[in-house]
Amino acid sequence: MPKILTRERLVPNLHLIEFEAPEVARKCRPGQFVIVMPDERGERIPLSIADWDAGRGSVTAVFLSVGTSTRKLAALRAGDEVPVFVGPLGRASEIGPFGTVVLTAGCFGIGALWPTARALRAAGNKVIAVIDAKADYLVYWKDRYLSVCDKVLFSSRDHALGSGDFVHKELDKVLEAEAPVGRVISIGCTYLMYSTAQATKSLGIKTIVSLNPIMVDGTGMCGACRCTAAGKTKFACVDGPDFDGHEVDWAELFMRRKSYFDDEIRSLCRFEETELP
Amino acid sequence: MAEEKKALSPEDRARLKAEFDQDWRKDLRKSVPPKERMKSVRQKMPERPADERNRDFKEVNLGLTAEMAREEARRCLDCPTSPCVTGCPVYIDIPAFVKLIEAGRFVEAAWKIKETNSLPAICGRVCPQETQCEEVCSLKKTGGSPVAIGNLERFVSDFERLEGSVKVPPLPPPTGKKVAIIGAGPAGLTVAGDLAKLGHKVTIFEALHESGGVLIYGIPEFRLPKAILKAEVDYLKRLGVEIRTSFVVGMTATIEDLRADGYEAIFIGSGAGLPNFMKIPGENLVGVYSANEYLTRVNLMRAYDFPDHDTPVFKARTAAVIGGGNVAMDSVRTAKRLGAERAIIVYRRSRAEMPARIEEIHHAEEEGIEFQLLTTPIRYIGDEHGRLRAMECQKMGLGEPDASGRRRPVPIEGSEYTTEVDLVVCAIGQSPNPLIPQTTPGLKMGKWGNVEVDWTTMATNLPGIYAGGDIIRGGATVILAMGDARIAAAEIDKYLRR
Ligand SMILES: Cc1cc2nc3c(=O)[nH]c(=O)nc-3n(C[C@H](O)[C@H](O)[C@H](O)COP(=O)(O)OP(=O)(O)OC[C@H]3O[C@@H](n4cnc5c(N)ncnc54)[C@H](O)[C@@H]3O)c2cc1C
Ligand SMILES: Cc1cc2nc3c(=O)[nH]c(=O)nc-3n(C[C@H](O)[C@H](O)[C@H](O)COP(=O)(O)OP(=O)(O)OC[C@H]3O[C@@H](n4cnc5c(N)ncnc54)[C@H](O)[C@@H]3O)c2cc1C
Ligand code: SF4
Ligand code: SF4
Ligand code: FES
Repeated sequence: MPKILTRERLVPNLHLIEFEAPEVARKCRPGQFVIVMPDERGERIPLSIADWDAGRGSVTAVFLSVGTSTRKLAALRAGDEVPVFVGPLGRASEIGPFGTVVLTAGCFGIGALWPTARALRAAGNKVIAVIDAKADYLVYWKDRYLSVCDKVLFSSRDHALGSGDFVHKELDKVLEAEAPVGRVISIGCTYLMYSTAQATKSLGIKTIVSLNPIMVDGTGMCGACRCTAAGKTKFACVDGPDFDGHEVDWAELFMRRKSYFDDEIRSLCRFEETELP
Repeated sequence: MAEEKKALSPEDRARLKAEFDQDWRKDLRKSVPPKERMKSVRQKMPERPADERNRDFKEVNLGLTAEMAREEARRCLDCPTSPCVTGCPVYIDIPAFVKLIEAGRFVEAAWKIKETNSLPAICGRVCPQETQCEEVCSLKKTGGSPVAIGNLERFVSDFERLEGSVKVPPLPPPTGKKVAIIGAGPAGLTVAGDLAKLGHKVTIFEALHESGGVLIYGIPEFRLPKAILKAEVDYLKRLGVEIRTSFVVGMTATIEDLRADGYEAIFIGSGAGLPNFMKIPGENLVGVYSANEYLTRVNLMRAYDFPDHDTPVFKARTAAVIGGGNVAMDSVRTAKRLGAERAIIVYRRSRAEMPARIEEIHHAEEEGIEFQLLTTPIRYIGDEHGRLRAMECQKMGLGEPDASGRRRPVPIEGSEYTTEVDLVVCAIGQSPNPLIPQTTPGLKMGKWGNVEVDWTTMATNLPGIYAGGDIIRGGATVILAMGDARIAAAEIDKYLRR
């Protein structure tokens, strides 16, 4: 069973987890994800690949502790094993010479977008990152971003780092200052990606988002991850997870992500009452 | 659905003849006159009462008792031409195993079956016998009911397992050849077993975290208990087969990578895992599932045990399942078991055209499943939260026969009506899984996204790569997948020794 090499809290509620997975590590590309089951009774949950090391044979993810599965993951330590770790899944992000690229990232997306930032830089793009966080103490991997980006901006609601605007306001300013921008790429909560796509729509700048619908198998077998893009039903796990943010039916995505809201609360209550270490 | 029955090869004929001519068979044949044999009636499979079993996931059929099995075996006429064998895609020596049962030699009967079928406890349960072996049984042709071949097969393999007399055959010295098998469904498992017995080093790569393919994620516990599948998989492991779960060929490694790793031959048994939808309005509402998702949540992820298992599934008041095949029957009976007050099959043709096994339709009826036939959904209606609340249906009439020979359903204008439902499961078929074709340059494909093979050898256009089961046929059956697999295994063996 795949072993955990590292598990640490990066900032409150956000955790880094590194798995021993040499075969997966050989194949990872930016924008792909893995599926993990924290224990035998667990759910199969997708996590974006935040880093990998083919030499060390390891794959890293950053996750937000929200419900039962992610809490179970957060309770694991180096040396523990998980029954399921499978990947890499999904299509890799397109890394082209785009000229100037603006990234917007928040929450676990700061980790998830890191391999893309690195690859874009290596491909010779001018890379500008806008990192969104509620407060300065929720920002992680700042140094990593500084090392590959031409500029790193922050929008933290506490005004501690840069402006207190939400990401799309910050984005408006950047897009004006840096015009022409060849591409915008966004990973984070659905709302962040939605606002990013809204902000670029009138400017006609191609905007790629990494969708996060509910998944089961992650190999195109079940259709749980159906999303609508350009009026067509797509399976995010095999047709995505990257989509053109201007083509996504956001209302449907928001709604489908809430499918099991009541069950998730029930599950979490049971977990906290009976299993929490 | 019925496959054309093939004539037996001379080798198979010789194999059957040698058994047929054994003295004990002759004596047994003579001991009861055919007239007498034909007098007794087919033994009915004991099953749990419908209103009890539709509330849990325990197996519906209880299995024949030893007395019943011997009684049933006595009905078999031991025909010199053994027509029944031509109806079995893996050519089980049916009269030989049936007569061993009549003689009370149950374990030997099980071994006899295993000479050509490595998954008898599964086939005995899920084979569509009425269109395979039993369809061509002489007793049926003379107007009676055929020998219950499937039930007998199930009986002896269960007997063997419960007795603990499952034996691992002596294995030949290793050939040093490595074979990669993609997919741990019935096709992959069968190829693996056959090649391991020939001394090759076999590794199965399976995308999901448990082996079995549709047998684990699709077919529910009440028809095929997981413990039986597990026993069959354990048997393969004892033969030395290695199973790498959570390994997606095409992603974790491509076929090319496997070749570079020293796998000389590769068998693709990746199945027909791509669910079809109808492309009607409202299909992405919360509460509309593909059958694959619904059954995977319940079977593989054990959502029936939520929240003790973490994966949830909707529990409906009124569940509608669209389709008329085995997949639809499994889904609708599952919805009933999860507590639906009404569980309805919505099928666009009439009962006679339903592709599901007769036994399954019958069981569904007994369990209180409603059937809305000659009906098709045209639209799903949701509430302000995007949750399914109702569906609009249209009645259908039957027109001219189509390519499949079944009469084509034609919509009746003005017959639309709306029913309240809070769960819909779409079970209108699956297509071959595109992942392998997409990641294997040069692999020749057919027009339905199926991998193309030479049907006499199961070889694809790429040297050393073979395929079988649902990936070449689209959604078919367990036994057809196994039939393909047996041919492929024999050819792979030849290829490795070339
Ligand atoms: C391609 C992809 C990449 C992702 N990458 C990351 C990542 O890098 N870091 C991270 O923290 N999160 C990521 N997510 C989201 C993550 O999978 C969910 O947060 C996680 O499944 C929640 O599980 P839970 O049991 O802890 O919470 P729950 O209480 O079960 O659910 C909380 C919310 O998470 C979503 N969710 C629940 N179950 C699933 C599921 N099986 N699949 C997908 N979403 C689900 C739902 O919208 C739900 O409302 C990603 C999702 C996708 C589809
Ligand atoms: C609900 C349901 C009920 C059915 N009932 C019956 C019945 O009663 N009787 C009957 O005869 N038939 C029945 N069938 C049909 C039967 O199950 C299939 O025809 C049979 O399972 C096909 O076998 P297979 O080995 O070709 O494929 P599958 O059983 O589909 O197995 C394919 C395997 O390959 C794996 N895989 C796919 N892609 C990859 C990849 N890239 N890398 C690694 N692994 C991969 C899959 O995860 C899966 O485990 C039913 C089917 C369903 C869905
Ligand atoms: S495997 Fe299926 S077709 Fe063959 S004898 Fe058994 S039940 Fe009949
Ligand atoms: S055809 Fe029927 S009666 Fe004849 S040998 Fe086969 S099973 Fe027995
Ligand atoms: S998660 Fe099952 S098809 Fe995408």
